[in-house]
Amino acid sequence: MAEEKKLFKVTIDNITVEVEPGTSILNAARMIGGEVAPPAMCYYSKLKGSGGKCRTCLVEVAAGSTADPRPMPKLVASCRTNVMDGMIVKNITSERVQDARKGVVEMLLINHPLDCPVCDQAGECHLQDLSYEHGAEGTRYEFPRRTFEKHNLGPYIQLHMTRCILCYRCVFTADQLTNKRVHGVLDRGDHAEIATYIEKALDNDFIGNVIDVCPVGALTDKTFRFKNRVWFLKPEDAHRDCPKCSGKVTLWYRGDEVFRVTGRKDEWGELHDWICNDCRFEKKKTSDWVIDGPTKVSRHSVISANHYVDTVKPHEALPEVMGGRNPRLLMDIHDVSEVNKPNIDLSKIPGPAHSNDFKKKD
Amino acid sequence: MGRKLLLEKAHVPGIRNYDVYRREGGYRSVEKAFKTMSPDQVTEEVKKSGLRGRGGAGFPAGMKWSFLAKPEGVPRYLVCNADESEPGTFKDRYLMEFIPHLLIEGLIVSSYALGSNKTFIYIRGEYAWIVDILEQAIAEAKNNGFLGKNILGTGFDLDIYVQRGAGAYICGEETALLESLEGKRGNPRIKPPFPAVKGLWDCPTVVNNVETIAAVVPIINITGEEYAKIGVGKSTGTKLISACGNINKPGVYEIDMTISVEEFIYSDEYCGGIAHGKRLKACIPGGSSVPILPANLLLKTAKGENRMMNYESLSDGGFATGTMMGSGGFIVLDEDQCVVRNTLTLARFYRHESCGQCSPCREGTGWMEKILKNIEYGKGKKSDIDLLWDIQRKIEGNTICPLGDAAAWPVAAAIRHFRDEFEWHVQYPNAAQNRNYGLAHYADPLPVASAPKA
Repeated sequence: MAEEKKLFKVTIDNITVEVEPGTSILNAARMIGGEVAPPAMCYYSKLKGSGGKCRTCLVEVAAGSTADPRPMPKLVASCRTNVMDGMIVKNITSERVQDARKGVVEMLLINHPLDCPVCDQAGECHLQDLSYEHGAEGTRYEFPRRTFEKHNLGPYIQLHMTRCILCYRCVFTADQLTNKRVHGVLDRGDHAEIATYIEKALDNDFIGNVIDVCPVGALTDKTFRFKNRVWFLKPEDAHRDCPKCSGKVTLWYRGDEVFRVTGRKDEWGELHDWICNDCRFEKKKTSDWVIDGPTKVSRHSVISANHYVDTVKPHEALPEVMGGRNPRLLMDIHDVSEVNKPNIDLSKIPGPAHSNDFKKKD
Repeated sequence: MGRKLLLEKAHVPGIRNYDVYRREGGYRSVEKAFKTMSPDQVTEEVKKSGLRGRGGAGFPAGMKWSFLAKPEGVPRYLVCNADESEPGTFKDRYLMEFIPHLLIEGLIVSSYALGSNKTFIYIRGEYAWIVDILEQAIAEAKNNGFLGKNILGTGFDLDIYVQRGAGAYICGEETALLESLEGKRGNPRIKPPFPAVKGLWDCPTVVNNVETIAAVVPIINITGEEYAKIGVGKSTGTKLISACGNINKPGVYEIDMTISVEEFIYSDEYCGGIAHGKRLKACIPGGSSVPILPANLLLKTAKGENRMMNYESLSDGGFATGTMMGSGGFIVLDEDQCVVRNTLTLARFYRHESCGQCSPCREGTGWMEKILKNIEYGKGKKSDIDLLWDIQRKIEGNTICPLGDAAAWPVAAAIRHFRDEFEWHVQYPNAAQNRNYGLAHYADPLPVASAPKA
């Protein structure tokens, strides 16, 4: 190579990196990594045209470039703004950005059902992480949350429109990965919804990938629905010779049972390779796969918290308290408690027991 | 009596037809431009005129034209934005309905300047009957050799197409308009790239408002320098104002931007005063999305000067004490109007028209509407007013397109200037159901802000 490519110098939160021209601020920040990388709910590097919608990756550009060092007046979406040589960007060092991001998180959550306890995505949900890191602990929204009519998308994919944050990732996936576009966004504004046209099922060899790109629990795997919590599962990388896709997947085990199959994700939660529906939904036996080894999971992820080896079974208190008795029906704990007076038979007190009842006899 | 450039002939009987329009001096500018000027000279003339975009933002039109990328072998497009949907604005409708050939003439000259061989008029779906008027005007122009192949023997080809929108306010935003014109869902695009580089079908495109295009005709006829002499400072030429609300004579007026707001409201030539002899309470001078001003700040700026009907004077004082010229939808509220209710109506409109693409606007507009509804119907809390303020602050500037700002500004301005009325609604919910707050102190003269003493 005769000519050396000129690299752009960009400073993000006082850290300078050199990147190729045409890199977005977000990707430059991801090269630095850690907290400097703005969160992204809608941007997906592998999907053309994605990004710019969720507004969580807003950053402040303190100086546009060496040639034109004026700051940009508005916060910009870092995923869709390319770096210039000499650009100075403030992300976590800017109070304006933190404030705006908090606002965006609040907006994303006001109509979200917050049904994490029953949501399959809990534990690997980007919105959970985002609100934990950037959101407020309480809500100021006092109105009924938005709900939608249910749509049936076929045998594999479950759509919960109430959880959707309209990141459009699945729309781009369906558009760019599959040769027939079947689903998109209907309606407008706060009642806009992801749906197929007239209840059509999503039926396509690669459509299962919409589950993996969904940052929240709006699109979930019907074959895995309510089967387990992700933090009880152990991810293992595996592969198989698949005629349709790369066949590189992550198997999610509990014990020796494969509960679900997903694509392999990088540290930003993006898939390395798209996988086909066969690999995802049909091959749920270890014998279908060649195991490559445990998946690397971030130390901070709840999924890496599943170290259940050598744990002691919780202490069973009841038999001890019962003192050998084994009644068929346990009714009144006052009977046996040391705190109260076991010599007082509560059933003989007319009406509810009162502190006087105990004092009288002592 | 101000000078009229656009609507001078609008009421000549039969002006809608080619013959009458031609007899009254129509299509002179096309002949002048095609025979004596190069495309760059036309652009230069528009630059000299200081013409500012009439759609709302007021960006210099000549500048916009000169930004148009001109790569070899790539078609360029001119798109006329006739998706006039801002509540309170109806000037383009008037222009297209009464004098459609003026727009066609302007489009021919502008297309020549920009090198666009296919020019589109994107018109809002509700203006269904105007489509027919425009189609007829286009057909007439074509029959008389002003459209089609080899116009006036210059070798320049031009066809104008009229495309109806489907009734979405958001499609008035230029990139959403282009998406819609391409046949897609009308979501605004993320900028950059700007339409001047990548617009319609990824080709360089200029999107201009109807009135801007129409104003090119007098600019060519009387020269840009002459046009720039009309008006004040950077507000050159004439502007159509569509006045509505509680005034005696609502309608579309052409002003030369040298008159004061007071004159515009009270003189018999224009609005003719407040209807039924009531008093002026507030006004939204530039279409629903610009900040509302109380009577005292509307007529006098914070410096104590008379506020004039032009870009600079209306925005004097920034958003703290000023507003914007916007698209010229002049909405007047008399003393019996409720600002809270008015704000609720606007908030409902913006919630309904948000495209739902980016989160602050999609969620925030609905939230603001719900809170305003509570306050209006006597279920509000004092803290709701501060909450509203905080929500609008979180929306403004953080969205893809200006609709977020447009939704935030009316709420912000209403709270900024009419906080007493909001608090009254919260404090006396029962009274607020039965009567309005009235004029209160909103027309009282304000203390003039003098320079701080050293």
